[in-house]
Amino acid sequence: MTRSTRRTRTRTLRVAGVGAAALLALSACSSSDSDSSSHSSPKSDTSASSSPKLSGTVTVFAAASLKESFTTLGKEFEKANPGTKVTFNFGGSDTLAASITGGAPADVFAAASPKTMAIVTDKKDAATTPATFVRNQLEIATLPGNPDKVASLKDLTKSGLKVVLCDKTVPCGAAAQKALDASKLKLTPASYEQDVKSALTKVELKEADAAVVYKTDVKAAGDKVEGVEFPESAKAINDYPIALLKDAPNAEAAKAFIALVQSAEGQKVLTAAGFLQP
Amino acid sequence: MTELDASDAAADTLTGGPRRRRVRTGGRPAGVPLPLLLPALVGLAFLLLPLLALLVRAPWRDLPNQLTSTEVWQALQLSLVCATAATGVSLVLGVPLAWLLARTDFPGRGFVRALVTLPLVLPPVVGGVALLLALGRNGVVGQWLDSWFGITLPFTTAGVVVAEAFVAMPFLVISVEGTLRAADPRYEEAAATLGASRFTAFRRVTLPLIAPGIAAGAVLAWARALGEFGATITFAGNFPGRTQTMPLAVYLALQNDPAAAIALSLVLLAVSIAVLAGLRDRWTAAPS
Repeated sequence: MTRSTRRTRTRTLRVAGVGAAALLALSACSSSDSDSSSHSSPKSDTSASSSPKLSGTVTVFAAASLKESFTTLGKEFEKANPGTKVTFNFGGSDTLAASITGGAPADVFAAASPKTMAIVTDKKDAATTPATFVRNQLEIATLPGNPDKVASLKDLTKSGLKVVLCDKTVPCGAAAQKALDASKLKLTPASYEQDVKSALTKVELKEADAAVVYKTDVKAAGDKVEGVEFPESAKAINDYPIALLKDAPNAEAAKAFIALVQSAEGQKVLTAAGFLQP
Repeated sequence: MTELDASDAAADTLTGGPRRRRVRTGGRPAGVPLPLLLPALVGLAFLLLPLLALLVRAPWRDLPNQLTSTEVWQALQLSLVCATAATGVSLVLGVPLAWLLARTDFPGRGFVRALVTLPLVLPPVVGGVALLLALGRNGVVGQWLDSWFGITLPFTTAGVVVAEAFVAMPFLVISVEGTLRAADPRYEEAAATLGASRFTAFRRVTLPLIAPGIAAGAVLAWARALGEFGATITFAGNFPGRTQTMPLAVYLALQNDPAAAIALSLVLLAVSIAVLAGLRDRWTAAPS
């Protein structure tokens, strides 16, 4: 028994040694990166200068639609603050809100709608008042080249056209319904999809002719779909709130991350992904 | 490992050993050692606890309201119809397939059997994507179905049946194949020597012989089809009254009305238990 314990101990030590070496190597890399980045982009200093000794992991729960832009921002944050690490949990806002109220150890919550943020604030799980940091507008996604000549929301009600919407229970579906109601249109879709990505997928696979999704999704899909803007979407814009969570394990770094998201540089990344400024 | 075993043995000698313990407690069924009984009970509790929680947290007072909405009835009706149709499809295609696997010998049979069981282990969403790519409007086969016959399966009730049959049929095939292997082929041979064709022998001798196995497989397939979610929502979409089955309704209700989701789950639970309990006694009891 003692022999095996000793063996395990030496093994643990060895593993720890390797880990420490790897950490050293990693931090060496990231610090050199941050040097070069701070030279090239002075703006990233704004988040770093406020609290110079940030460290540890920031855990961000964010709506799935933020995946691309937040991943970019996370990398920028790590560069600007050597020794920090940003880990993300992307998913449906409802699901994320449920895990936060269920006690998930998260620092920041960025939701795709005020309604889902309210789930967290109602339970008094947010430390700061949620702030809207971006807005997302709907767009029609059609097949590449728009073979059905969809030019407006009304065109989607043409018979023979297979349209998919998000289910009314999820934010994109609620927004689409709002836009349809505002223009007094009645649309019978082929399906009410369970989230915005699956609605878009049906168009990407050419199973549906059109879908009502977010501008950011159309942009992320590249040339697999074609986006058609429609004026009614202005009546159904989704606000994305962000908040620091009450039991945040790393509140200082989390505050800095939220500051980065709201900074001019963060907004640049988000607008590049198709989001609107609040 | 050996050290662990040794310490275990030491613990046994200290407490009097497993054998003496068993003798002391008279209430326990004879021959059930404690190291088996405890995990077994924990396992039972683990499987039943979530279902109990469903009952405990159910909004009983609000239940009548939740369950009388037309959407619930539509979804339940559609679930029952589609699961039954999928079982029918599985029977028509699956029993011959099972016979082929059990009674004939061809190169690569083992491989084919492995492929048949693939949908059992495949994540249902993957199954749905595969079905879209095969039978969708733009799919490998689907584009011909569309241009020749004008048939498109996605977003249709038939699509639900296809998705459910895809995940449910392997249960039937496995079950029937097992029964066929256990059944004595000499009865069929006897029928053949008396002048029956192979198909007649199958119809008149084999089928009655393996009927309990077919029934058991059909019940399994039906239950699996009833609970199918991933492939259905991926392949057939979600439209109330046309492709929205109970599991889909439960999932989407959970997004904004957990109470409704619990109520719907209860219905599905009750239907599943009723059918499994009812059928098991009548048709699937082991033949003697």
